[in-house]
Amino acid sequence: MAHVQLTRHLFTFFPQLEGRAIEVEATTVAEVIAELEKLAPGIAFYLCDERGRLRMHVNVFVGEERVTDRKTLSDPVGPDAKVFVFQALSGG
Amino acid sequence: MGERILVGTRKGTFVIERGAAGAFSTRLAGHAGQGVNYVVRDPSSDTLWAALGHGHWGAKLSRSEDGGATWRDASQIRYPEDARYLAPPMPDESGDAPGGTTLKDATLLKLWVIAFGAPGEVHVGTIPGGLFSSRDGGESFELCRALWDHESRGGDVSKGAGDATTHWFGTPASEGEFAPGIHSIVVDPRDSKRILIAISTAGVLESTDGGASWRSRTKGMINDYLPDPTAEWGHDPHYVTICRGNADHVWQQNHAGVFYSDDGAATWRHVSKPDVGVKFGFPVAVDDVDGKTAWLVPGKADMQRTTIDGALFVARTSDGGQSWEQLRSGLPQTHAYDVVYRHALDNQGDCLAFGSTTGNLYVSVDRGDSWTCVESNLPPIYSVRFA
Repeated sequence: MAHVQLTRHLFTFFPQLEGRAIEVEATTVAEVIAELEKLAPGIAFYLCDERGRLRMHVNVFVGEERVTDRKTLSDPVGPDAKVFVFQALSGG
Repeated sequence: MGERILVGTRKGTFVIERGAAGAFSTRLAGHAGQGVNYVVRDPSSDTLWAALGHGHWGAKLSRSEDGGATWRDASQIRYPEDARYLAPPMPDESGDAPGGTTLKDATLLKLWVIAFGAPGEVHVGTIPGGLFSSRDGGESFELCRALWDHESRGGDVSKGAGDATTHWFGTPASEGEFAPGIHSIVVDPRDSKRILIAISTAGVLESTDGGASWRSRTKGMINDYLPDPTAEWGHDPHYVTICRGNADHVWQQNHAGVFYSDDGAATWRHVSKPDVGVKFGFPVAVDDVDGKTAWLVPGKADMQRTTIDGALFVARTSDGGQSWEQLRSGLPQTHAYDVVYRHALDNQGDCLAFGSTTGNLYVSVDRGDSWTCVESNLPPIYSVRFA
């Protein structure tokens, strides 16, 4: 099971995810987001555009490594990996 | 007096209400901290709709069924997988399509305007230039293919650009890219199949069959930034609206001036009066009954985009733009640099309201003769609509 930690910004839109341990069966980042979508319908379109690409101002890390494939999200996710979803620091 | 004014700002949705005693009250009604490009009420359902621009999470539609007390995400607008368009190249792109353009996969960059037709019809204008329509009250939206594949844009380029060329340009309002945007959607109150839209930067188009076909409505419009000032395409209307009581009267604040039509946009007349400050600006409002009466909030030329000489005024005509009055009572006349965006002026009966990028909200209950500053510290205001 991958352990997912979300930026608290997302709890504004998906309060059902706040305060709970998010664990999903996934072997790639794409599968992580697909599982998140099952838990919180609509969240995938917050993280990715309609082409399935990570939005420009969203960062995903597997462990301490930022994912490299932002187009198809093929970066592997190990059995006990920690996956972090952050907003990029780009606001004002 | 309109009972409610909906205000979309860079940091949330606000509702301004006027009580029986005439006092205004303001409340933050939702989307705190979020960019709200447009907020409007569907008169047939009483639903409030908001077009959001999350800095990180993309453009989202939001709706409220309880007057703004609570909001929820609506069905979201997505460009279909095969939606592609010819775009001006970014600096790091090759521009390998004809005319130096780049064939791009469309993704939703911005939700810019929302309009309503017959009960259940919701139209949304977006960047990069797609019109999305719903016939089921907003439960689902469909890209208007006839407009998306319009010949002026190169036709259907979903399978490749070939030798197609586009006559549409872009707008800096495109959230980091340079793409065309639909900011004005006008549905004829007499016939919901007649729709006018305006695009920065392409022009004005009309459909008389509910969006199945479109033709340009730019005859009489001029520009001052293309080799041919009367070219059919490439115009930059900033906002187009109609007289709700007489929809043959159509007004347009354009980048290059003010235009008026009394034949349903078949032909336009240039009615700028630079000697009284009427030329550049973004919004225009038209009287509900008298199509010759309109209001503008002029700015100083496209190079500056501020008030003229630091003094804010509203311009009003009652003769179809032959003459203009400057209405200044109650508006700041020194060190005022308010810019009023295209959706931030509205009217209802004798009442008008407008908001500025410096967070000021002004209301008039006497057709613009005098103004009251209702709020002066709001976030930058994008949209003002009576509800």
